[in-house]
Amino acid sequence: MKAYVYVSLKKSVLDPQGKTIQGALKKMGFKGLEEVRQGKYFELTLDGGLTRAEAESEVARIARDVLTNPVIEEFRFSLED
Amino acid sequence: MTMSAAAAITPDLIREHGLTPDEYEKIKQLLGGREPTITELGIFSVMWSEHCSYKSSRVHLKRLPTRSRRVVQGPGENAGIIDIGEGWACAFKIESHNHPSFIEPFQGAATGVGGILRDIFTMGARPVAIMDSLRFGPITPATDISEKELHKNHSVLEGVVSGIASYGNCFGVPNLGGETKFEPCYSGNPLVNAFALGLVRRDQIFYARAAGEGNPVIYVGSKTGRDGIHGATMASEEFSEASEAKRPNVQVGDPFLEKLLLEACLEAMQTGAIVGIQDMGAAGLTCSTCEMGGRGHVGIEIELDRVPQRETGMTPYEIMLSESQERMLLVAQKGREDEIFRVFQKWGLDGVEVGRVTTDGKMRVKQHGQVVAEIPNEALTDDAPLYKRPLERWEPPVPREMPENIELAAPGDLTKNLKHLLASPNICGKRWVWQQYDHMVQTNTVESPGAGDAGVIRIKGSQRGLAMALDGNGRWCYLDPRLGAMHAVAEAARNVACTGATPVGATNCLNFGNPEKPHIMWQFSQVVDGMTKACEELEVPITGGNVSFYNETLGEGIYPTPVVGVVGILDEVHKATLPHFRGTGRAIVLLRAGEVGDATDVESEFGSSEYAKEVLGTVWGYPPELELEREAALQKAVVEMIQAVLLDSAHDCSDGGLAVTLAEAALPASVGMRVDVASQGLPPEFVLFGEDASRVVISCDHSNLSGIQQIGVKYGLSLDMLGETAPEQLEIKLDGRVAVSAGVSELRKVYENALEAALQAEPTTVGAG
Amino acid sequence: MKFGVIIFPGSNCDHDAYWTIQQVAKQPVTFLWHDSHDLENCDAIIVPGGFAYGDYLRTGAIAKFSPVMESVRKFADGGGLVLGICNGFQILCESGLLPGALTRNVGLKYVCKPVHVRVENADTPFTNACRQGEVLTIPIGHMDGNYFCDDATLEELRRDQRIVFRYATPTGEITPEANPNGSLDNIAGICSPGRNVLGMMPHPERSSEPELGGTEGFKIFQSLVGAMAEKP
Repeated sequence: MKAYVYVSLKKSVLDPQGKTIQGALKKMGFKGLEEVRQGKYFELTLDGGLTRAEAESEVARIARDVLTNPVIEEFRFSLED
Repeated sequence: MTMSAAAAITPDLIREHGLTPDEYEKIKQLLGGREPTITELGIFSVMWSEHCSYKSSRVHLKRLPTRSRRVVQGPGENAGIIDIGEGWACAFKIESHNHPSFIEPFQGAATGVGGILRDIFTMGARPVAIMDSLRFGPITPATDISEKELHKNHSVLEGVVSGIASYGNCFGVPNLGGETKFEPCYSGNPLVNAFALGLVRRDQIFYARAAGEGNPVIYVGSKTGRDGIHGATMASEEFSEASEAKRPNVQVGDPFLEKLLLEACLEAMQTGAIVGIQDMGAAGLTCSTCEMGGRGHVGIEIELDRVPQRETGMTPYEIMLSESQERMLLVAQKGREDEIFRVFQKWGLDGVEVGRVTTDGKMRVKQHGQVVAEIPNEALTDDAPLYKRPLERWEPPVPREMPENIELAAPGDLTKNLKHLLASPNICGKRWVWQQYDHMVQTNTVESPGAGDAGVIRIKGSQRGLAMALDGNGRWCYLDPRLGAMHAVAEAARNVACTGATPVGATNCLNFGNPEKPHIMWQFSQVVDGMTKACEELEVPITGGNVSFYNETLGEGIYPTPVVGVVGILDEVHKATLPHFRGTGRAIVLLRAGEVGDATDVESEFGSSEYAKEVLGTVWGYPPELELEREAALQKAVVEMIQAVLLDSAHDCSDGGLAVTLAEAALPASVGMRVDVASQGLPPEFVLFGEDASRVVISCDHSNLSGIQQIGVKYGLSLDMLGETAPEQLEIKLDGRVAVSAGVSELRKVYENALEAALQAEPTTVGAG
Repeated sequence: MKFGVIIFPGSNCDHDAYWTIQQVAKQPVTFLWHDSHDLENCDAIIVPGGFAYGDYLRTGAIAKFSPVMESVRKFADGGGLVLGICNGFQILCESGLLPGALTRNVGLKYVCKPVHVRVENADTPFTNACRQGEVLTIPIGHMDGNYFCDDATLEELRRDQRIVFRYATPTGEITPEANPNGSLDNIAGICSPGRNVLGMMPHPERSSEPELGGTEGFKIFQSLVGAMAEKP
């Protein structure tokens, strides 16, 4: 089983990298763009010893306790068999 | 012997490996008449590449002086070593990472820094400073450059600088600056030359030599992946449009792992259980195995199954040629492996025994117990091809005399010309670059980048300090390779001397085009001649370095660009002198070692100046004349004046001439000046912006003038009393008439903001990291 | 009276802090290894600058799980003195010993230069040798020094006078131009409610000796030594 975890800055936190990319894209003439936010992406390969429910809670714990800093970041994840 | 499944070695395959039919015949002969296996072919191809074998350059490099009473280790090891007294020695070297930096600027530059740092700590020395010499294509709009090219140059510059920053900052070594220059010829061939220097106790130096039959060979560091395979051969080919597709060849650096390797290796060396050690850089496991065996006149046998691998299904060919970064190979004393493994474990690293030392002088590689390569060490090192390539004298396609359409001596104000130069990319302040580098970590930095002509660090626990500077002028070498190379040595040494340090050693990085072209080889030979002469006269032996050929894209070559790094010793580091004025009411003096030439000389030499290139838009003539004996006297005199604590400041007079030198001395502490220069009948542009060699601008208390004069006379210098420092306003008169007048703060803005402004003139590129 | 300097894998200002304490402040000092719980009876702990664990996940994110940090947390809870410099500040925030977080500089680049900071609170064990409102010149060197916290936390920090340093002009004005990294409210350093834990982005050890071009950072070490001497 694989888990895909996406971490991004909370909406209330300034994202200078996203802002810079957005500015660059606009200058380069790309259209229809409202906002860019930059984040991180993690791919976890699980060893198969967990049920789906267990995996879900374990991945959530990893994401909450280690992969994000709750002061500034939030996360979401998906599992794939 | 049993060889693993032999792939057919076809002429195409040989060519793809960059080997000529003659070289292939020689390989067979060295293998006792048999065909090589595909793994062996790969091994020969990297070891015999220009990058590893120096096959085109070796015959010339032999001419360079490499010895002095201070040289502990000359060329041939991972780095050169100089004795600096009080039981200390310093290891230093400069190396190119040009080709990888063009393909992937961020990672290319980062791994360049990583590689040179490993060369230093492999010798037991803790890296205490790095510097870089960088060359890029133009970054300001001009008629002959497309927007696309401009954009590319910006992103290469941004990528290279952030790559250097990311690696050095994380590793924790101060970056003392260096030089950043721009010329159209570097557009498709940027140069990234990384210099590093480390400190080691004189009696604790380690060498890359294997010894002792049965001693274990240990691999430590990053796992081996498929990255960078054929990096060394890539650095030995010209670029074509297809090269950009070579992106996967570029290695990715891991500065954190390298920091752990540093601490672990230095600690492991303390155990006394390490016999020899070498990093795996270009040509990876291949190079470290045969070179360590070769230097120790022993053999090494390794089993590839034991090599830690990042990917599955790697072939022996791939494992042997991988250039994965942050790996070391070491030979331990038999029975004491555990002492070493314990240190590695402490730092979270796995050491693995991959082989042992033998007595047969061969490099033997096994996989699953089967021999996949067996080659005598000498076949890969000493017996590598040696070419005495044809030379052909070459004239650059520029006029040697001043073109008639050039009009000089227009009467009036030259202030705007000075501003033009201060804002030009080659002269302007490089704060945008060095502020991204941690130049203070280790708390030894006495002169930071931007503050001085050279970087200066103190040596903790000693009164001593070390000064270091990088220099090279491609345009001058293009106009006259021999003279240009002499200038590179002279200026780097002069920059070191201006801090008060005595230059004692040098390292060189020789960047050239395709050596198979006779005129390129001629340029190379001329540069080596010039460098030899200058290093002898200035008593700075070359202790190591590297050669980078094939800096050509689509047949367009770079200027011949030798870069020289000079290291000097300060006995009392607290006496280190900066280039800038410190207060008002102080005397300003120009120290000159040479004579002012006659009008014809001056005209022809002016054509090689920044002023000619930037303001007049034309290049002609020759580099300035250089008399090495007088240059040496000048340097000795400046050092003596600083040792006697007679000077406030000393600044080498170079790019942009006297006016730029004076402005640069004024800006940092916002001290103005009133000076009056005698033109001696020459046009004002020559006097203010001409780049005559062997000159230093000093400032001092008036009461020190007689002492300065005494030393000046002793060394046969001319001393021109230019004037005095003053508040805020910079005023330069020529024969009593004002030629330049501007507020220092205004000039400072021009000088400091130019680079950033040029880079912000278009969308910021979003680089890696 | 003994100082302890923690070494994490990737710390690179550990030796600098050690040198300043031993050679300039002339105080006993020892290194503390990240993998050990033992604080060796130190009276003050320095969490030094560098790139602990390469800063690979986030600055300080992995270091906070080190055994030594568990002990530091207990030590701080008991009123022990803890100084986090640069990466050390980031680690203290990640560990929850100080509120808020340090995010990417607004300029997106690593910045190494001397900056001016105004002492906002001279009544802490780290600033008692300074005058209230004094401007110190101390170098910074970081990529992630942009301090962030939510409004309530900022309010609390202000109310309790826990903002210890703010980026300022040489004359002590707090302006956007003086802010090198986009920090909220120009914050350069904050302390814990008990005033015994301080985190700061500038590196005081880099301006503690005349050879290095300045000595104003040494006031932080001087203050600490004074505070420790007063302690029973």
